[in-house]
This record gives sequence, C-alpha cells and structure tokens, in this order.
Amino acid sequence: MSVELVIFLVLALVAIATALGMLFSRNAVYSALFLVLNFATVAVFYLLLGAPFIAMAQITVYAGAIMVLFLFVIMLLGAERLAPSQALPWQRPLAILLALVLVVEAGYLLLVRGVPAGQIVPPAESANALKAVQDLGETLFRQYLLPFEVTSIVLLVAMIGAIVLTKQEKGEG
Amino acid sequence: MIPAVPVPYYIALSAILFTIGALGVLIRRNALIIYMSVELMLNSANVAFVAFGRAQEIVSGTPVFSGQIFVFFVIAVAAAEVAVGLALIVAIFKTKQSIDVDTLSSLKG
Repeated sequence: MSVELVIFLVLALVAIATALGMLFSRNAVYSALFLVLNFATVAVFYLLLGAPFIAMAQITVYAGAIMVLFLFVIMLLGAERLAPSQALPWQRPLAILLALVLVVEAGYLLLVRGVPAGQIVPPAESANALKAVQDLGETLFRQYLLPFEVTSIVLLVAMIGAIVLTKQEKGEG
Repeated sequence: MIPAVPVPYYIALSAILFTIGALGVLIRRNALIIYMSVELMLNSANVAFVAFGRAQEIVSGTPVFSGQIFVFFVIAVAAAEVAVGLALIVAIFKTKQSIDVDTLSSLKG
C-alpha cells in the first residue's frame, strides 16, 4: 500500500466524517465549522491531484470568504437552532432510502460499467508547480477569456441583486 | 509499484459526498444548512472534475487544464450564488422571523 493511497484513504475518511457532522449537527454554527474542515480536506485532495492553484482558490474563496459569510448570517439572524416542529413522519426514512438508492446506483456504474480505471500519480517534482500555475493562467486568459468575462458579469449581477434584496424600501420601515 | 490512487476511488468519494449533500437538502429544515449542503454537492462535483482532468493528463502526457478551469468557474458562480441566496434568506427572515423552510408555505393552495 503506497503512501499516497494511505493519505487518500485517511483524507477521504475525514472528508466523509466532516460531511456527516455537517449534516447531523443540531447547531448551525457547528455545521458551518465542520464544512470548513471538509473544504480544507478537499483542498488537500486538489494538491494530491496536482492542482495547486485550485487548492489555494478553494481555501481562500470557499473556506475563507463563503463560510465567513455563512457564519456572519447565522450569527446575525441568531438562527443557530430552530424551534422544534413536527416534520412529516415518512420524510426522513424516504430521504435516506432514496440516498441509499443513489449511492448504490453510482457504485454500480463505477464498478460494473466502469470509469476509466487509470491510476492517479501525484506530480513528480515541486519545481514544476509554479510553471503549471503559469500555464493555467495563460490558458484561462487566452482560450477561456470570454467565459472569464461572463463570470465577472455574473458576479456583478449577484452583487447588485444582494444589495437590492436587502435594501429597505422607502416608507416601509 | 508506482505510488498511485485509482481514479474510481476519487469518483466514489465524489459520489458519497454528493449523496450526503443531497440527503442534507432532503432532511434538514434550516435554510442555511440546506445551503451548506448545496455547497457540499458543488464541491463533490469539483473533485470529480479535477480527478478526471488529472487522469486525462496522465494518459495523454501533456498538461490538461480544462478540468481545473471549469472548477474555477464553478467556484466563482458558487460565490455569486451564496451572495444572492444569503440575501434572500435575510429578506425571508425579516418577514417571517424564521428560516425554517416548513414555514414558507404562503403559496400552498
């Protein structure tokens, strides 16, 4: 069993455990913190996959910006816990059953129909990491320039939308 | 033996994380936690993208950036989605005083 496989399995265990912790925490703040840990482990997966730029973007954008925004809203609303209310009795078992069906189907497609069964080797020397990021940037700004600009418009629209949604209307209060 | 992780392991991890996210959307009633579950599903798809990109890179022997660039765009769109979504949740909280999705039944006939 190689070192990479051991690292992968331990990280996968952490990722799944933190995802389950996010799902089953009663307190929304704990959920958010579990999710930060999950995003960090996913960033390490990106490093294993030879994608250092995406790993850093994951840490700064997801674990940094997005989760801080979540924690900010949770604490602003004081909505850590919801008042208990009666749920539909059949909803939870049905949801778990459907999730199991989804996992079994995905596993069937993986094992029987087959994803290309290659091996992922970690990138050999770290001296190449900076060059890879440089090449990624050049591809982004040459081949994918138009989608990049469209993304900036999407972000602008989201910004305006957030401002409009939270703006107090005149005479409303 | 070459130190390596088989591609299906990454895809299986991605599928498991996606299912946990979908389960969160189905069984939780706190709108914020539903949002976090959606983020988890986006992340699991990103893992699959980068893993396939890396596998293609190893097979072809030349650098392949399409997977990573797609993940970059997914991260940008997720940031936009969170900004709008959290603004919506705040607006809903101002009118309903709750973010329990079961209370959002004004459209029920």
